[in-house]
Amino acid sequence: MDDRSKTALAGHNIERNPGAPLDPSWFEGVGVNLSAVERRTATLTARRSVKKEYQAAWLVKALTCIDLTTLAGDDTPGRVRRLCAKARRPLSDELLDALDLADDPPTVGAVCVYPTMVPPAVKALEGSGIPVASVATGFPSGLTPLKQRLAEIAYAVGEGAGEIDIVITRAHVLNRDWAALYDEVKAMREACGPAHLKAILGTGDLKTLRNVYAASMVAMQAGADFIKTSTGKEDVNATMPVSLVMLRALRDYGALTGHEIGFKPAGGLRTAKDALNWLFLMKEELGDRWLQPDLFRIGASSLLNDIERQLDHYATGRYSASYRHAMA
Amino acid sequence: MGKIRDILRTMEYGPSPESNDHVVAWLQAHAQGFGHYIDGEFTKPGALFEVTNPATGKLLAKATQGSAADIDAAVSAARKAFASWSTTPGHIRARHLYALARHIQKRDRFLAVLESMDNGKPIRESRDLDVPLVARHFYHHAGWAELIETEFPGYGPVGVCGQIIPWNFPLLMLAWKIAPALAAGNTVVLKPAEFTPLTALAFAEICRDAGLPPGVVNIVTGDGAPGEALVSHPGIDKIAFTGSTEVGRLIRKATAGTGKKLSLELGGKSPFVVFEDADLDSAVEGVVDAIWFNQGQVCCAGSRLLVQEGVAERLYGKLRARMAHLRVGDPLDKSTDIGAIVAPIQLQRITKLVDEGARDGATVWQPKTALPSQGCFYPPTLITDVEPASTLAEVEIFGPVLVAMTFRTPDEAVALANNIRYGLAASVWSENINRSLEIAAQIKAGVIWINSTNLFDAAAGFGGYRESGFGREGGREGLSEYLAPKKSAGKAERQEKRPAPLSALPGQSAAVGDGAVGIDRTAKLYIGGKQARPDSGYSYSVVDPHGEAVGQAGLGNRKDIRNAVEAAGKAASWGAATGHNRAQVLFYFAENLNARAAEFAARLAGMTGVSAKEAKGEVDAAIRRTFFYAGFADKYDGAVHSTRSRHITLAMNEPWGIMGIACPDAAPLLAFISLVMPAIAMGNRVIVTPSPAHPLAATDLYQVLDTSDVPAGVVNIVTGERDALAKTLAEHEGVDALWYCGTPDGAKMVEAASISNLKATWTDAHARDWLSGESQGRAFLRRATQVKNIWAPYGE
Repeated sequence: MDDRSKTALAGHNIERNPGAPLDPSWFEGVGVNLSAVERRTATLTARRSVKKEYQAAWLVKALTCIDLTTLAGDDTPGRVRRLCAKARRPLSDELLDALDLADDPPTVGAVCVYPTMVPPAVKALEGSGIPVASVATGFPSGLTPLKQRLAEIAYAVGEGAGEIDIVITRAHVLNRDWAALYDEVKAMREACGPAHLKAILGTGDLKTLRNVYAASMVAMQAGADFIKTSTGKEDVNATMPVSLVMLRALRDYGALTGHEIGFKPAGGLRTAKDALNWLFLMKEELGDRWLQPDLFRIGASSLLNDIERQLDHYATGRYSASYRHAMA
Repeated sequence: MGKIRDILRTMEYGPSPESNDHVVAWLQAHAQGFGHYIDGEFTKPGALFEVTNPATGKLLAKATQGSAADIDAAVSAARKAFASWSTTPGHIRARHLYALARHIQKRDRFLAVLESMDNGKPIRESRDLDVPLVARHFYHHAGWAELIETEFPGYGPVGVCGQIIPWNFPLLMLAWKIAPALAAGNTVVLKPAEFTPLTALAFAEICRDAGLPPGVVNIVTGDGAPGEALVSHPGIDKIAFTGSTEVGRLIRKATAGTGKKLSLELGGKSPFVVFEDADLDSAVEGVVDAIWFNQGQVCCAGSRLLVQEGVAERLYGKLRARMAHLRVGDPLDKSTDIGAIVAPIQLQRITKLVDEGARDGATVWQPKTALPSQGCFYPPTLITDVEPASTLAEVEIFGPVLVAMTFRTPDEAVALANNIRYGLAASVWSENINRSLEIAAQIKAGVIWINSTNLFDAAAGFGGYRESGFGREGGREGLSEYLAPKKSAGKAERQEKRPAPLSALPGQSAAVGDGAVGIDRTAKLYIGGKQARPDSGYSYSVVDPHGEAVGQAGLGNRKDIRNAVEAAGKAASWGAATGHNRAQVLFYFAENLNARAAEFAARLAGMTGVSAKEAKGEVDAAIRRTFFYAGFADKYDGAVHSTRSRHITLAMNEPWGIMGIACPDAAPLLAFISLVMPAIAMGNRVIVTPSPAHPLAATDLYQVLDTSDVPAGVVNIVTGERDALAKTLAEHEGVDALWYCGTPDGAKMVEAASISNLKATWTDAHARDWLSGESQGRAFLRRATQVKNIWAPYGE
């Protein structure tokens, strides 16, 4: 890793989004055409391809953007420690040698856990520079009282979480209550303090792409540092069309305010090919700046293993097996 | 520094070449040169021409320059094969087409790579668009071969078809031509473009390997010379051509009067209309697919961007940002968006047009995209500050060059969209379905894509209005181009007699009445709902079979035709009226004609010498035929084609607009009615030249028209010399279609004279039995309309 990307891995090196007053005119007149969006995403992934060492490098890049995640009811401190160990050292020494990255080994972008798992995660990642992200605010439904949701944020930040993945109240979007949505996210952003706020839109629940665009814009106006597709618990999670619309909203917000907002697809990204497709999407729609982990994260758990297997294939020329790579 | 580390910093895509080993080996195996494919075999290579790879300028292969003798041999083989292929059961033909589709799929990557090497198009496009559509076309038409006997009763193949295809979609255009021809039982001689013959030759091998009977498909390569020989060959029954409007005109002229069926798919300058309520980011992607697809070498390319003024700068900004991401380069690289221009001469043409436009004050913008150092490449280009009067707004550039203009209102968008000689396609972007459909209905083009562009499917019709040609490819409407009514056996064809010259000499006035001084009754012309004196100031005597004058008719001239077309132009609301309204008018017309049936019968008997019974029969048939088309006015429905999921593809039958109709001398009332009624039932306005020898049945209709609520200008009648008037109609650029019933010479003249605006013509030089059922029906309605396919994707 060069110095620049190392800084990026260590945290965030951009001016944070201060938000903007709620202004529905930024999204209410904006058309989003489903069929046209689907055509773009269907052809986009067929328009770009990376091979050989380029593919290997792109997969390493994807790895550095992963929010390595465990969000299960049976999570324990032990499970979280195992995850953190993998986050610190995602690739084997053999693989690092083959990729010539041994003297500056890549790590994942962050580790993402439930609030009560923040303390063991912070401990396990001490000194690594890898931030701990915590979901909060009544994840995944977000339907606990606001006071409790804000307290949850304060707890996670207090335990050392550097990033908070909040969930929005989908009802506010479905009922077009933009002021309620704005106030809620703004309050959450205040509760985050120095921690970065990733706003999970729950796009699978929002159903229409116009809802996705509007919710993205309100979250950014309320001060979100990142917008994120899904909790991973909806029926449909990160899809390319949803991601494209969020990126367009993010680009429009940037054009209106000058602020750079991050993007995080989560749920459903399992293969190395998925990761490449999302990197293509970022590069084509937003440019190289959004290929860095301070502006792009992939919420995933099993993806890392597939990336390792593909990198192994690049290094050895043989197709690899899962059991040869350390579990997360 | 390791390589991986460098790439992590630059995040470039790197090379991603599609392997071409198999294609190179195939080309090496044919290094001695390709012959033609005639009668199921490849001929020995003859005089060879070079086929180069436009991306490298390097030689790919040599193919044989076809001669007139080669065309002759190919047509003979096709004629011989026609006898058995046309009588092969549809089911067996379906098996053959299915086999071709399967073989194409089995060689899809080979064909895609070969196409990209020969044409320069990116492998993504040949792999994901061209070749899958080729296979789709053969599958679709395998189905038609099976269904044709039940779906098109009374119709059979046209015969031997000459097909000439362009270089922009070599294999796809081959499929669009060959699949329907074969499904309908025709045999073909196809000439691929000189720049790009290789996939056609690979297809010839597929025909051989798939066991297609010899002579059913013949392929002759070469430049324009064998194409000309094919067009003028007397053994050809139909010509299908895709290419430039200029060559289309030459073909129309060369085939005039030969009776060859003709379909032309020509150039375009298609509008891409973006309203302020459009999904602008998606519209930008639409533009990419419209004009930076296939290097912009697409006849239906959305090459004229019309954007609502208030969002123009925002859209241009988004476009420029998007253009910077387009990758121009090696067509075989999987990450290439824009490949090579097909040949140096095309590159020069594009460069020259853009440079001239810049000199004329247009603002030319190109991204700082790196171009390969060799080969034919041109960067994506956006040109603003273009006005409708600019050359760049009028001519087809046929390259990756978009010209942009703004509009203020929907009406102005339509006016600008239609302010062009072409009418192939259009794209309409708005999130308001009411607006989108209204604009789609108003744009004069054969294909309209709503919130989409360049969507194709074998089940949908494709083809143009105006100077973009006539005829359709794909779907039911495309198949009918390869079908003809089966001729009733043993019926000798008679020809219309050459008419005697009309005389305007004085002294022949009819002695009308019973010897007492009657009131003179001289028919004038009927223009714009009023009787108008002929511009010439002359009338001519109408005589009965004994040479006795029975009346006088105006001697119309070209100025009268001009006036009639003007009047028809003012009656445009007829086309927008409901079918029900038009039916009511036609019924009322029949009612009024019926009230005067005896008078018309007497007129016919006196003028033509037919018996009273025959005359009554003709009048009765005319009344009944009017009822027939009144009935059809609201029943000649379009279709919804089965194309893609969540897309409605509407095939709408639209009137041409203004039609010329030249009537025969036979059955002067019934022929007039048989031609005029289907035309106006479909919403056309007509300028009719009635029977020159027996015009009085038509002139007597003036009062029937007046009393039947036929709006002024819908039916205009100009009496006089048929061929002189028909020539003016054929040349008139405000006339959209022309039907001519007269002599073979006249038919030839009309077809040759129609080339200026490439109007659709229908000539009939054999004496029809106007009383028979063959002289009415859907065939007339089909000729009175053109099909517009509107694609409307849906979903939220």
